[in-house]
Amino acid sequence: MPLLAAAVAFAFGAIMLVALGANPFEGLQALFDGAFGSGDRLAATAVRATPLILVGAGITIAFRTSVINIGGESQIIAGALLSTVTALSFPGLTPYLLVPMVLMAGFIGGGIAGAIPGALKAYASVNEILSTIMLNLIMVQFMNYLLRGPLIDPYELEAGTRIPQTQRLSDNASLPTLVDGTRLHLGVPIAVAAAVAAYFLLWRTPVGFRLRAVGHSPKAARAAGINVQRNITLALGLSGAFAGLAGAILVFGSQGQRMVTDGSAAGFTASAGFNGIVAALFGGLHPLWTVPSAFLFGALLTGATQLQRVLQVPSSLAVALNGIIVIFVISSSRVRVRLKKLLENSSLINKPDQEETTEAT
Amino acid sequence: MKTKMRFTARLFAVLGAFALLATACGGDDDTPEAGGALTVAIVAPSASDDLAFTQSMVDAVNALDREITLSITDGTFIVEEAAAAIRGYAEDGINVVIAHGTQFGASLAEIAPDFPDTTFIWGTATDTQGLDNVFAYHPAADQGGYVNGVMAAAISTTGVIGVVGPVEAGDAVAYINGFIEGAEAGGATVNVTYTGSFGDVALAAEAAEAHITNNADVLTGTAQMVVGAVGVASSNDIPWFGTQANQTSLAPNLVVASQVYHWEVVLEEMLALRDSGTKGGQAFELNMANGGLVIEFNDGYSLSADVKAAGEAAIAEKSAG
Amino acid sequence: MDDFFTTSVLVATAAAAIRLATPYLLAALGETIGQRSGVLNLGVDGVMLLSAFFAYWTVLSTGNLWLAALVALLVGLIMGVIYAVITVFFEATQGISGIGIFIFGLGFSDLMFRQQVGTPKPVPRLPSVNIPFLADLPYVGEPLFQRSLMTYLAFGLVPLTVVLLNKTTFGLNVRAVGENPQAADSLGVSVERTRFAAIMIGNAFAGLAGAALVLQLGIFQPNLTQGMGFIAVALVYFGAWRPWGVMGGALLYGVVNATVLQWKALGIIPVSISDLAGMAPAILTIGALVLLARRVHAPAALTKPFSRH
Repeated sequence: MPLLAAAVAFAFGAIMLVALGANPFEGLQALFDGAFGSGDRLAATAVRATPLILVGAGITIAFRTSVINIGGESQIIAGALLSTVTALSFPGLTPYLLVPMVLMAGFIGGGIAGAIPGALKAYASVNEILSTIMLNLIMVQFMNYLLRGPLIDPYELEAGTRIPQTQRLSDNASLPTLVDGTRLHLGVPIAVAAAVAAYFLLWRTPVGFRLRAVGHSPKAARAAGINVQRNITLALGLSGAFAGLAGAILVFGSQGQRMVTDGSAAGFTASAGFNGIVAALFGGLHPLWTVPSAFLFGALLTGATQLQRVLQVPSSLAVALNGIIVIFVISSSRVRVRLKKLLENSSLINKPDQEETTEAT
Repeated sequence: MKTKMRFTARLFAVLGAFALLATACGGDDDTPEAGGALTVAIVAPSASDDLAFTQSMVDAVNALDREITLSITDGTFIVEEAAAAIRGYAEDGINVVIAHGTQFGASLAEIAPDFPDTTFIWGTATDTQGLDNVFAYHPAADQGGYVNGVMAAAISTTGVIGVVGPVEAGDAVAYINGFIEGAEAGGATVNVTYTGSFGDVALAAEAAEAHITNNADVLTGTAQMVVGAVGVASSNDIPWFGTQANQTSLAPNLVVASQVYHWEVVLEEMLALRDSGTKGGQAFELNMANGGLVIEFNDGYSLSADVKAAGEAAIAEKSAG
Repeated sequence: MDDFFTTSVLVATAAAAIRLATPYLLAALGETIGQRSGVLNLGVDGVMLLSAFFAYWTVLSTGNLWLAALVALLVGLIMGVIYAVITVFFEATQGISGIGIFIFGLGFSDLMFRQQVGTPKPVPRLPSVNIPFLADLPYVGEPLFQRSLMTYLAFGLVPLTVVLLNKTTFGLNVRAVGENPQAADSLGVSVERTRFAAIMIGNAFAGLAGAALVLQLGIFQPNLTQGMGFIAVALVYFGAWRPWGVMGGALLYGVVNATVLQWKALGIIPVSISDLAGMAPAILTIGALVLLARRVHAPAALTKPFSRH
């Protein structure tokens, strides 16, 4: 059924392509070619999927605790900023120390950006949807301030061009390439490892147990002696930390080794904060399945650039197509359930006892 | 849970099969053109008809005096996507790839060395990062700002001028600083508001309103969100000075003049260098002296002779360098 | 600072605040109705973008502002039907389906704009309509009674929404379905139909919000809303799911934004901290909520799809 959904979504995309005067089959080929067409492109897809894996894994932690984290954008930025500051502060350190340090800094930065809404929810009853949305706005301004102000490349000030970017960051912090000639860097396996860690955390540790307990029923958890407030803060903090790690990887896995802003969040994050949520949901809110689903989503995004280039259609077509795919796939996973119910209702068969699915969104 | 696992696995499998199939029938590379004709590609962050940054480059390439086959990838402000597009064009054998966005420079540092026969043109930037197949360009936007400022001060009766800017960076701040210099030389007070965003049209509109409340009777601004401010100027019969592209169409009776970027001036030089074997390694500035920056007056606005004269004097001053 | 505390500046700032608040208010009111019925719609921004584009296109083609508003309303209703089908019929996870709508709206409005319009062309803006007598009142006359019809509509819808939710059968159904759908269902209320209707109304409001935004500005650009729809959703939480509270939130947001812009224009906020000042609306919104620290009660069934046992 979900395959059918994806196919229908692609059919819509094909219609749009035809309306734009392009050949849909060429389009489909361009999409796949762009994502998987060569070793280098495959690596690019993996790199593109990396922030999605991380954000998605973080989202699963939050959702299992029944909190919604739509602050991914702010957490990515926060992590990126802290890791950048770290690299600027210790440029001479050996890579064996500096790389883990910048990654840790990313983790911490994002963690703080996640813990703030978490604490606000836990201790001040401020709904996390509100606080994460607001924090997204705050972080963008903060990033702009830092990158055009205190963190700006001194060369820019001299030259008078004032481009809001940092200087080229220390090569000692750059994530090593794993396969020569491609862009596959250390960030990719780190992301996968993080997703595995999230799985272990949630299902194999007492910490994870408590988080899930809170997610299942805060009242019951409290009755069992679990500190609900601390766990809510922890959940959002961890979720943010994963996103922050993605931010650090975006900076230090990038070709430019510097952080630059175009004034918006999406210019830096490529909307990974939102796309990561999609990836997590496609993966059934399970950290391990987030990996392949993020990879697929990353393929879609990477292939779309090729689509745009080859067919000369605007990039917004790919964006619209992404939206359609999301809608169709997310609906389809329930279509089968729904159809079954319809059939059962109509033919008055004995209905099996159905659990009300209280899915956290 | 299991349903979703099965679904993801199946989806992955099918798509993987498609991928192998598609790779098997992959596209072929174009062979590079020979002779004076060139294949050019532009990779730009915003829309190619945005009346601003990107449009100016597209117009420039179309204005070049040679045979050009042009491909455009626009709307790619995300560096990864742009990098993929740039690399893709280079792989296809495009002769000249224009990376029209400062944030793309980092990617060029990686891509350019892989394609020594391709000329990469990058801006806005002032150095070529030591790469010998990369040309860099940037506009001396402060010059046009200065000229606009001089004229604005001359037109203003209240002596207060409002500026709506995005973020205090890049060619925006250069333009605005130049404008302030010119306007203050003409005795006006300039109030500047940086809205904090390049795209927030509503905020730009309200920023313009705020200036008008403070007696500003001439307005200017930069970045794509400025269309909001122009609308407000238009509703209040307030003259507008534009930059980056000719903004007359936004307010046909109220736009006084626009500083237009004529990138083709430097592009011609770069392509000529390429013809003679130099594929890059130089940085160019767009300014009034070389005709890269032109103040285009709007005939639809009745400009008094002395203001125009003041403007032209300022142009002459800046052109002399 | 003295420059700010002059009558004309204060009055103008108030007027700006109300102008700025209008689209937020419309979208947030719609979202309130939807959320009271238990449905979260994160796709408001996408709906706003779509309706804004089509409204703009209508004015561009016909010059008729009324028609444009109608078209926007229609677009909102259509998106409402789509979202209702996804959410109520297919019971898709609400947060994610909303984001899907957002992504679609963002891309499709951008695409249509590029294909059909291209270079931004200005269109006639919403005219101010002065309410006789009231418009001439000192101080409050200008900000409150010299605004556009859209603004009057937005603020007028606040008490109407209160009445709808609290004094009509439909409103009772909506609230019941949002609190305890099982109980409502056993009492014979059609959960699905109620939610369907609530979602459609909510999205229709979002459509109007898009029209308000684009017609106020007189021009369209890709991603015109810049996240406005998300802020509108946040305002629902701020207002504790009560229309007056939501209005308060929208006004707070508008006032802070307008004041910051005015202070920047006056130089009270120096350019060097311009971006930090830009954080003010968001920080103050959170701050206000923390200070108000009341135990708010969310609709109990919010985000939970309903299946009959």
